[in-house]
Order: sequence, then structure tokens, then C-alpha cells
Amino acid sequence: MAKDRFQGHDYYLMDELLTEEHRLIRDSVREWIKRDVSPIIEDYAQRAEFPTQIIKGLAEVGAFGPYIPAEYGGGGLDQISYGLIMQEVERGDSGVRSTASVQSSLVMYPIYTYGTEEQRKKYLPKLATGEMMGCFGLTEPDHGSNPSGMTTHFKDAGDHVILNGAKMWISNAPFADIAVVWAKDENGDIRGLVVERGMEGFSTPETHNKWSLRASATGELVFDNVKVPKANIFPTIKGLKGPLGCLNSARYGIAWGAIGAAMDCYDTALRYSQERQQFGRPIGGFQLQQKKLAEMITEITKAQLLTWRLGVLKNENRATPAQISMAKRNNVNMALQIAREARQMLGGMGITGEYPIMRHMMNLESVVTYEGTHDIHLLITGMDVTGFNAFT
Amino acid sequence: MKILVCISNVPDTTTKINFSDDAKSFVTAGVQFIINPYDEIALTRALELTEAQGGTVTVLHVGDASTEPTIRKALAIGATDAVRVNAAPRDAYFVAKQIAAYAKDQGFDMIMTGRESIDYNGSQVASMVGELLDQPSISIVKVLNVEGTTATLEREIEGGKEVITCPLPLVVSATEGMAEARIPNMRGIMSARTKPLTTIEAIEVPSLQQFVKYDKPAARSQVKLVAADDVKGLVDLLHNEAKAI
Ligand SMILES: Cc1cc2nc3c(=O)[nH]c(=O)nc-3n(C[C@H](O)[C@H](O)[C@H](O)COP(=O)(O)OP(=O)(O)OC[C@H]3O[C@@H](n4cnc5c(N)ncnc54)[C@H](O)[C@@H]3O)c2cc1C
Ligand SMILES: Cc1cc2nc3c(=O)[nH]c(=O)nc-3n(C[C@H](O)[C@H](O)[C@H](O)COP(=O)(O)OP(=O)(O)OC[C@H]3O[C@@H](n4cnc5c(N)ncnc54)[C@H](O)[C@@H]3O)c2cc1C
Repeated sequence: MAKDRFQGHDYYLMDELLTEEHRLIRDSVREWIKRDVSPIIEDYAQRAEFPTQIIKGLAEVGAFGPYIPAEYGGGGLDQISYGLIMQEVERGDSGVRSTASVQSSLVMYPIYTYGTEEQRKKYLPKLATGEMMGCFGLTEPDHGSNPSGMTTHFKDAGDHVILNGAKMWISNAPFADIAVVWAKDENGDIRGLVVERGMEGFSTPETHNKWSLRASATGELVFDNVKVPKANIFPTIKGLKGPLGCLNSARYGIAWGAIGAAMDCYDTALRYSQERQQFGRPIGGFQLQQKKLAEMITEITKAQLLTWRLGVLKNENRATPAQISMAKRNNVNMALQIAREARQMLGGMGITGEYPIMRHMMNLESVVTYEGTHDIHLLITGMDVTGFNAFT
Repeated sequence: MKILVCISNVPDTTTKINFSDDAKSFVTAGVQFIINPYDEIALTRALELTEAQGGTVTVLHVGDASTEPTIRKALAIGATDAVRVNAAPRDAYFVAKQIAAYAKDQGFDMIMTGRESIDYNGSQVASMVGELLDQPSISIVKVLNVEGTTATLEREIEGGKEVITCPLPLVVSATEGMAEARIPNMRGIMSARTKPLTTIEAIEVPSLQQFVKYDKPAARSQVKLVAADDVKGLVDLLHNEAKAI
């Protein structure tokens, strides 16, 4: 890949809404991505391999549980810091951001929010340093958008439970040390439990041949009579609100992350349009290309404002799940459209790994699908404004 | 070991440079400022030395309050504490006088600077501080090691390298090769919140020089292509237009 010459874009001087510490956090992650991720990521994506050597760096820049309190190894930072970290990591690659989102919002968040003190102490500090990696098992082969239909279940067996079933499309599964798994108890209530690698009957086969998130490892979780100690069950949380709480946090991060991918595509296309000459002048001078660029920066700016406001609401504990859905849906779609337009602006070069655009574009096909599909988030907004449920 | 690292606050290398209408000052609006890269190298080496041998690293900056993000970054990278001399850095002599005034009774084993700041490229502060404090000053150092009370330094010279030993205390200006600059990590950023950043007032220093005006290099002119067999045309252009022959 060509040298990473990325520069942030801040058309409405949004930086003035950030604190000095927010900017330092963002700029540090940006520098780290340029140094340790951009030079290798294209190669790993081409080979469909997760670059495990960056785990330590991700932990150091704060990508693992930045908002978890410091006493459990987290950063104790606010939600805007979390958002900015996700933005910068996804500017590098959505697959790398996926690993960070899963670790922070889908593994550390539930253990911190629903876990016992013993569970917090046992897992959180190691998850924060990346010494231990986690994954999140909600989706099943027959239950994606409709997780409440899940069939993975467990039965009481004294001091432990016996877990059976299978999860699919699980990010980080192939190398994760622990899995936060959502399964039904004997009453049919959805419960969360921590399954550890090495437990008998637990396996994590890798999913191959993806055209998207190729630098992220995806796999299945298979539970064949796995004995899970009762101490690994989250004690009180019951029902779909358990996993949905995690998804809210992850979706919020994705709304920021998508801006990163969009800015990288825009930045690449803008620079290319100023340097590439056709018909004797830079292609950036043609109206058709300016239309694309002008619309891109407009959409990025709108997304930045949306996300910043959502961050303020989240800091004040006032962001509703429906508001988060709107931002996730809008921003990911925005990034996907920008990636497609930007790719065209690079002509033939746009399809190569010399530039990051096509990788972002393919990655975003997963991002627009996971954590609630584009359609599902629309139905959430629709239900929120009309009061009618259009899901079933 | 007690080390003072002097940092300057300079425009990011990608900045488009503009001057005021009267050509007397650099326009800072919209400019992103960073720690001078050579100073970051000095800071990193100072941290490596104190991490290995014990000690403290103080960063000092002469500048107004708007430069505090740069100082905070130095603390996030790992400096122990920071001092800001509250004054616009008028010229090298002014800055060197402030540094010397602060450092003279603090007992630093070493004062480090970058080889030059990448804005005005004066390369003068380190030597002036050495002179003002009556300490040896060694410039543009690539390798710096300290054992006990002796520093061993390497400099690149025409056609080879120079190895120097020098007793502490001394003044050193750093260049590439001395250390690899570090990116602040989250722990560093969090701990920087509570590290002391003291502001002191500047001492009076007479103005020895005046900046008259700044000019940007002339814009590069368009290339004119001359057909390979048109020797007469080429000579004509070189003689009449470029006035080179
Ligand atoms: C790379 C990748 C990583 C992932 N990582 C994880 C992970 O770590 N953990 C995890 O648990 N899951 C993960 N997922 C799963 C992801 O969350 C699901 O793919 C997603 O929820 C959609 O489910 P599905 O694929 O079964 O699609 P389906 O639910 O079968 O949807 C198919 C289509 O039907 C539409 N549709 C469904 N219901 C309705 C309706 N009521 N009205 C209108 N349209 C509807 C959808 O919008 C979609 O367009 C990952 C997926 C991918 C691709
Ligand atoms: C896989 C592949 C196979 C190919 N095979 C062949 C082949 O067999 N033989 C062959 O000869 N070529 C081949 N090509 C080249 C292909 O035809 C060119 O990529 C195409 O013509 C575009 O040229 P470019 O890539 O130089 O893009 P550019 O011409 O640089 O275009 C870049 C962008 O600028 C825009 N643009 C350019 N001019 C203007 C204008 N005046 N006004 C507004 N917008 C403008 C374009 O629409 C585009 O969005 C192949 C390309 C690919 C990707």
C-alpha cells in the first residue's frame, strides 16, 4: 500500500467541541495506526489473516475498554474518547476496529455491567491489556436479526450447567480465550455466561472465504455438552436486554468508526483528484468529480455532528437505543456510499490494494450487516416514531 | 539523574505557511502545532536514560498559554513534570536566557534540546545555554550514553564519526538516531492529567535583533517544452527569457 498520508477533515471546526485530552487521544491513536497498522494491513487483508502482533498496541492506545473504570484496568475515559478511538482505528481498518469493539463493548462491558465482583476481577484487567481476548456469541445459524429465537441452551447440573448449541459469525472466535455467550436457561430466559477456551466440548472453527473484514478472524462457537461452572453465569441479567445493552455500546462505537472509514476514503480520493491529470488537468477540476467530493464532505460533516451530539447524550446517560440506531444506520450507510464513490474516482487504481478504498468498501458490507442490519435499524426508528412494531 | 529537556512548539510539517500582510509575522490561524521533532527525540532519550538508571525528566517550554497541549503531550509521553516560562519566544537569545535563568540553581545533570527547531531553524539555543551556564555544550548528537558522571556521545562528521566523552553536567542537542520518538499511550495520557505543570514569569532580556520581514520562496514557474531539434528556439529562450546565457 502507498504511504499513509491521511489528514483529518474538520469542515465545521468540530475540534473546538473536543477537550485538549480528546484531541491528544485521537492524535495518538492516529499516529499509532500510521506507524503500526497502515503499513501491514493491506497484506493481512489480502491473506485473510488477523495481525495478532497489533493486540498489544491496541491495548496501549486504549482501544480495549477505554470507558471501563481504571480500577479494573480500563481507561476511565468518557464516551467521546471511546468514539474517537473507534474512529481512528476504523480509519485504519474496520476489521481491526471490530476486534476492539468486541473486546470493549461486547466482552468487557457485559462483564463490568452484569458480572459479579469475582468475574470482573478475574477477567477485566487481562482483557484491558490484551493478555486475554474475548468474543461475543449471540447470532446463530438460524437466528440473526431475530436473536430471541435462539436455541442454544443450558441445563442445571449442580455446581455447573451443561451448555449445548452453536453460534455463527462470531468475530475473534478463532483466537479468543473467552466467549460471552447468550443462551436460554431451563425457563427459556436468555442468560449470559462466560465460556473459557479449553472447556471440554467447546470448539471455535474458523469461517473462511469472506470477501469482507478479511483482516478480522470470524468463526463459530460450538458447544457440545460443555460444563460451565455456575460462577461463570451473570447473576441477575435476564432476557434480550442483556445482549442489547452490549449492542448499544458497540453500535455507538461503530457510528464513530464509520466516520473514520469515510474520512479515509474521502481523503484518498481528494488527494488523488488533485494529483491525477486527465485531459490535461487534474480530475478534481471537473464538475462531476467535485460533485462527489462536495457531497462526501457534506455527509461526513453531518455524521460528525450527529455523533458528537450522541456522545454528549451518552456521557450524560441520556442516549436512547433508538438514537444510537439512527446514528449507526446513517453513518455506516454514509461511509459505504462514500467508499463506492471514492473508489470510482480512482479509476482503475481504485480496485487495487495500493489504496485503502476498496478494502474499506468491502469491509463496510459487514459493518452495514452486523450489529443490526441497515433494515433492522430502520424498523427501530420506525417503531420509535410510530409506536407500531413492523418486525413481525 | 536529573535532566531538563527544552521543547519548542512548531507548526506541523504539512502546514501551509502564510505571513501577515506587513510580512512581519507568521499567521498561526488554523495551524496545527506539534512538539519540535528533534526535541521529541531528546525527550525520548532522556526518558530511556532515567528509566534505566533512575531520575527525573523535566520539560521546559518558553511560550504563552496556548502551547499547553504541546506540554501536556510531553507529560503524556513520560516527562515527570513541566515548566512553562510565560512569554512569547522572541528569538534564540531570549529563549536561551530564560532556560539558563531557570536552570542555573536547579542542579540538572544534563540539559537537552533538539538540534534545531523546524520552524526558524536557528540551531543556537543549546550553545547559548552552555555559554550562559558555563557548561560544555555538544551539538547535533546522534548517540548519547551516560555512565556515572560521564557522558559518551557520538556525532556525525564529514566522512565519519566523532566519539566524545564529557563530564556531567553538560548541554546536548539531539538529532535523528539518538532515539525513536514515542507515541503517548492511554496510561500516559491519563497520568499526564495530574502531573505538575508550573508557570513562571519571564526575566527581562534586551532585544538584540529585529525581524524585518519574511518572504516565501518565489513560486516555481511553468516548464516550457522545446522540441528536440529546435536548438535555435532553445538558445533564444535561454538568452532572452531566462537570461541564463
Ligand atoms: C463479519 C461478521 C462478523 C460478525 N460478528 C458477530 C459477532 O461477533 N457476534 C455475533 O453475535 N454476531 C456477529 N455477526 C452476525 C451479525 O450480527 C448478523 O449477520 C446480523 O445480525 C444479521 O443476521 P443474519 O446474517 O442471520 O441475517 P438475517 O437476519 O437472515 O437477515 C437477512 C436479511 O433480511 C432482513 N430482515 C431480517 N428480518 C427482517 C424484518 N423483520 N423486516 C425486514 N427485513 C428483515 C435483514 O435486514 C437482511 O437484509 C457478524 C456478522 C458478520 C458478517
Ligand atoms: C481490471 C481492469 C482491466 C482493464 N483492462 C484493460 C484492457 O484490457 N485494455 C485497456 O486498454 N485498458 C484496460 N483497463 C483500463 C481502463 O479502461 C481504465 O481504468 C479506464 O479507462 C479509466 O482510466 P483510469 O483508470 O486511468 O482512470 P482516470 O481516467 O484517471 O479516471 C479517474 C476518475 O476521473 C474521472 N474523469 C476522468 N476524466 C474526466 C472528465 N473529463 N470529467 C469528469 N470526470 C473525469 C473518471 O470518471 C474517474 O472517476 C482495465 C482496467 C481495469 C481496472
